[in-house]
Order: sequence, then C-alpha cells, then structure tokens
Amino acid sequence: MTSTVQPAGTVATEPEPTKGARGAGTAEAAPAHWTIKAAVIVICFFWIVPVFGTIVTSFRNENDANNSGWWTALNPANWSGFTFSNYHDAIVNAQLGQAFINSLAIALPATFIPLLIAAFAGYAFTFMQFPGRNLMFLGIVSLLVVPNFVAVVPLLQLYGKLGISGTFPSVWLFHIGFGMSLAVYLLRSYMATLPRSLIESASIDGASHYQTFYRLVLPMSTPVLAAFAIFQFLWTWNDLFVALVFIGPGDNAPLTVSVKNNLIGQQGQGWNLVTAGGIITMVVPIIIFLAMQRYFVRGLTAGSVKG
Amino acid sequence: MVIKILNMILTVVAGVGAALVVYWILNKLAELLPGRWENRLKPYLYILPAVAAIALYILYPAIQTIVYSFANAQSTQFVGLKNYSKLLSSAGFQQTLVTTLVWLIVAPLAAVLLGLLVATLVDKLRPGSEKVAKTIVFFPMAISAVGAGTVWRLIYAYAPAGQPQVGIQNALVTALGFDPVAWLSIRTAYLNTLLLIVMFLWLQVGFSMVLLSAAIKGVPTETVEAGRVDGASERQIFRRIMIPQIMPTVVTVYVTVLIGVLKLFDVVYVMTNGNFNTNVLATEFYNQLSTNFNNGYAAAIVVLMIIAVVPVMIFQVRQFRLEEANR
Repeated sequence: MTSTVQPAGTVATEPEPTKGARGAGTAEAAPAHWTIKAAVIVICFFWIVPVFGTIVTSFRNENDANNSGWWTALNPANWSGFTFSNYHDAIVNAQLGQAFINSLAIALPATFIPLLIAAFAGYAFTFMQFPGRNLMFLGIVSLLVVPNFVAVVPLLQLYGKLGISGTFPSVWLFHIGFGMSLAVYLLRSYMATLPRSLIESASIDGASHYQTFYRLVLPMSTPVLAAFAIFQFLWTWNDLFVALVFIGPGDNAPLTVSVKNNLIGQQGQGWNLVTAGGIITMVVPIIIFLAMQRYFVRGLTAGSVKG
Repeated sequence: MVIKILNMILTVVAGVGAALVVYWILNKLAELLPGRWENRLKPYLYILPAVAAIALYILYPAIQTIVYSFANAQSTQFVGLKNYSKLLSSAGFQQTLVTTLVWLIVAPLAAVLLGLLVATLVDKLRPGSEKVAKTIVFFPMAISAVGAGTVWRLIYAYAPAGQPQVGIQNALVTALGFDPVAWLSIRTAYLNTLLLIVMFLWLQVGFSMVLLSAAIKGVPTETVEAGRVDGASERQIFRRIMIPQIMPTVVTVYVTVLIGVLKLFDVVYVMTNGNFNTNVLATEFYNQLSTNFNNGYAAAIVVLMIIAVVPVMIFQVRQFRLEEANR
C-alpha cells in the first residue's frame, strides 16, 4: 500500500457525524435521480473490472491466458479452459507458499510488539505530569511525516556491523521503530478522550499507575488498539521497500518481494501465474479489510500519517 | 516451514511478554525509590522504550543521513556539496525531478476531485447502496502495489499488431481500428506516468472519498435548508455552503496525498522500474542505494525529500497545538 501522511488536526475530530448533521442518505427523502445511479454504477464498474479480470485470468490455463483476453473466457463455450493449477504452481514452484509464511512471520511480530510499548508511552503522555512532556510529544508529532528512507543507509550499515542483515528481526525492528511515532500519537489522541474523572478516582482509590493502566486504560482503548493493529499489519504485509532493502529475494523473502521477483520480474512467466500470484498477495488484506472495515477507517484516517 | 510458523508464534508471544516484563521491572524499580522520586521518574520509564525506538530509528539515522549526504559513495570521506551539485546538474536526475513534479501536480489534485465526486454522488443514494459503492471504491486501499501491479500490468499489456491482445486497453484500441500501443513506454507528454497515476488513483481515491464523505455528512442540515429557503440552486448550495464547510478536510486530504506521492516508490518500481522517464525520487534513491551503491547520492536524495516535508512538519505541529488549545 502506498503510505500517505496526514496533518495532525484530523485525528481526534474524525468522522463521527455530529448532532444535527445530515447523517446517511439525503436530507430530502426523494430517491436519487437515475443519472446519479448510472454514474455510481459506472464508477463501481471501473473499480471492479480490473480485479475481476485478474481473478478470471488466474483460473485460465496458460495457453488461453497468454493468447486471448480474459473477457473471452466469460463465454460459457470456453469454460472448459478453467483450472486451479496456477495456484498450485504459484504456491509450490514460484515458492509463494514459503513467502506467505514469511509475510506472516514479518507482519505479526511487527504489529503486536509496538502496541504495548506505544500504549505505555501513550498512557504516560496522557495521564502523567512530567517536565518536558509537551515538548517531547510535539517532537513525536513532527516526526510523523519523515520518510522512512531516512533510516535506510545508516541502518544498513548498523545491521551489517551487528550481523543481522537479511533476518526477520532486522525488519521487525525497522517496522517497530517507524510505526512507533504513529502508534504513540494515535494512542495518546484516543486516551485524551477517555473520561479523566474515572482515572483520577482510580488513583484516589489507591490504584498504582501500573494497575490503572492495565485494568482500566488498556481495556478502554481497545478500538484504537485494533485500529493501529490493522493498519500496521496491512502496512507491513503490503510493504515492498523495507523487505527489498533489508531482506531481498531468497528464503526469507515475503510475498511482495517474491511476486515481484519470481513472477513479475521474470520474462516468460505467463499471465495465468502472475495474476494468481497477485491474488495470493491480496487475499489476506482483503479479508481483514472486509471483516474490520470500521476499525480500518479509523486507523486509516489517523494512521495514514506514517512515513 | 513448521519450524518457521512455531518460531513466529513464539516471537509474538515472547516479544509481547518481554515488553510486559520490562515494564513490570521498570515499575518495580521505580517503586523501590522513595515516594517523591518514584513519581518523578516513573513517567520517563514508561516512555523510555518508545522514545528509544524513535530515537534509534528516526533521529539518529536522520542526522547520520544528513552527514552522509556530504560524503562520498562509501561514506569514507567528506566531499562537501559535491553530491548535491552533481545530482542537480545531471540530466537524468533533472528528468527524475520533472517526473516527480508531474506526479505532485496531477495526482493529489485528481485524488481530491475524484474523491469529492464519488463522495457527493454516493451521498445521494440510499444508505445500503451507498455502503456497497463505498466499499467497492475503498477496497484497493487494503492491497499492496505489488498486487495492484499484477492487475494493472494486465490492463496495460501490449502485443504487437496482428497478435491477439491480452490487455483490455489495447483490445479496445485495436477494436476501434487503431494499432496497439506499448502504453508504459510512451514518454510523450508523460503518457506513461499519467497511466501510472491512473493506477495510483484506483488505489487511493477510496481514501479521499471516505474522509470527504464523512466531512459532507458532518455539514449541519440547517445551513443547507437555510440555503434552500433562500432560493439557492443545488449548485450554489454545493459551492457556497458545502465546500466552505468541508474545506479543512479537503486540505487534509490534499496534503496527505501530496506527501504520499512525494515518497511514492512501489507503484513505479513494480510497473516500469523507473524506465522510460517514469523515474521518481524514491525509485532513484533505491537505484543509487542498491544498483550504484552510492551512499552519498542516496543520502542527498533523502535530504532533498526531508527539506520538501519540513513545511508539512511545521503545519502538523501547528495543527496539533490548535487542537490541544481547543480541547
């Protein structure tokens, strides 16, 4: 996914329609004019057809896929040419099965490890008073848009010295480091909206910060934790650049790198295989997206900030 | 493979567990201190790991990169401003800058306008259909540029005239009686870059649509009704009443996409690898880094990018302060 940035202002003041707002649908009850419906159908058509063509191609045999357009396969007379073997070939021969596991092995730790670290920091920035708090937080906010390219040259050298180039931890650490400013920012923005009186009454009742954090603030922050987790997972799963630089092709390569190198980059790999590989990279993100769209929107609006 | 899966699960558990233990220990250590010191020190212990990660992965490398940008290819000797002057005077890099500029001018504006168009159109539908239409336009946001690359390479696929066309765009062109076109190598008028921007928009319009749609729904009904009562046309209502109220979101979306485009790497890398004048700053950075092994040039390119985002950093901090003041 192309990562994008967004200015700080919008995170807290995001979508929830306010009272007296227009809400879903039109203010006037009249059904939409047919031209509007037609326009929306045309737009949806443009968005769906590319993926539809890719899915169809991924089930065609090699000869058909490379010598005729996928639309010819829609004719029932040609349905005998469909096959599942492309997926078998992509997973086994092009090693996407291995790459799929690698993608998980990269994305899962890179998603869950920063969560807790950021949650503690978010708690401290929200509920604790200490000198330098605002200044440090402003620093974190300003670092949100720094491109992650900035870390590449120095870290390649550092990793070389430490001897961890090409390993999963080298990529985890990178994603953790670069996800951190966003995570802290996101969590603090959310925690600042929690009822302060509740947290104060907990401390009057003798709860330590650790207990308040663990028993009260962490469970109450579930929506934003989910939002960050989804966003970070998709970001690390879809990442090409960091994996290319720090891992590269080979046994540890994730899906993005393998599809680029083993399928797209190789001359002579048929469209049937290329499209099957593409679909394999998309399955997990699309399932997560459809299942958790609501959290995804929240994470995205705030979360696209990342370098 | 089983070992890898087990390893992965272990790492997640161990990583999260270790983080918990670290905090528990830090907390206990703080509690050993006399009361006053405990409360003074504890916040710093809580933020320490996060701040350390940011310092190690952003601050230290940023400084180091700036230093390297004044050094030679192997970072062994300082060369002053030579990297910058050589880069900026080379025809290839100037071309890269121009192509990046084409992206920066066209893509964010198009993303905002298209997002606004889709958001206004679906807003007039029934809630059920609106949700379906939005999901359809939004879903590419979740997939990688590599995945999208397989989709769009197929669309732009080219076979010489006379052969059957696999790509739908050339199939349409030949059906109309024209010769097929090798779309991604046509540099005239930056056609290939514009076609990459089309792919980018397919990925990105959902983002601006979702934000702008939320903003449109946030416009108070009374203002629109008042306009109607005063006899304003639908067009006037949109231009005079809606647009001013959603302007902050429009700016947000625009700046967001702008920064995204400045850092754009994967779309170009996957589709053309920067050939045929499609090279942009990020792909050039990657070239210098892993093809030419020139750390000096690579670092200088990153510094140019940082300079370009500084205004946004300032804007960001200002926005944040405003927001805090209103809290």
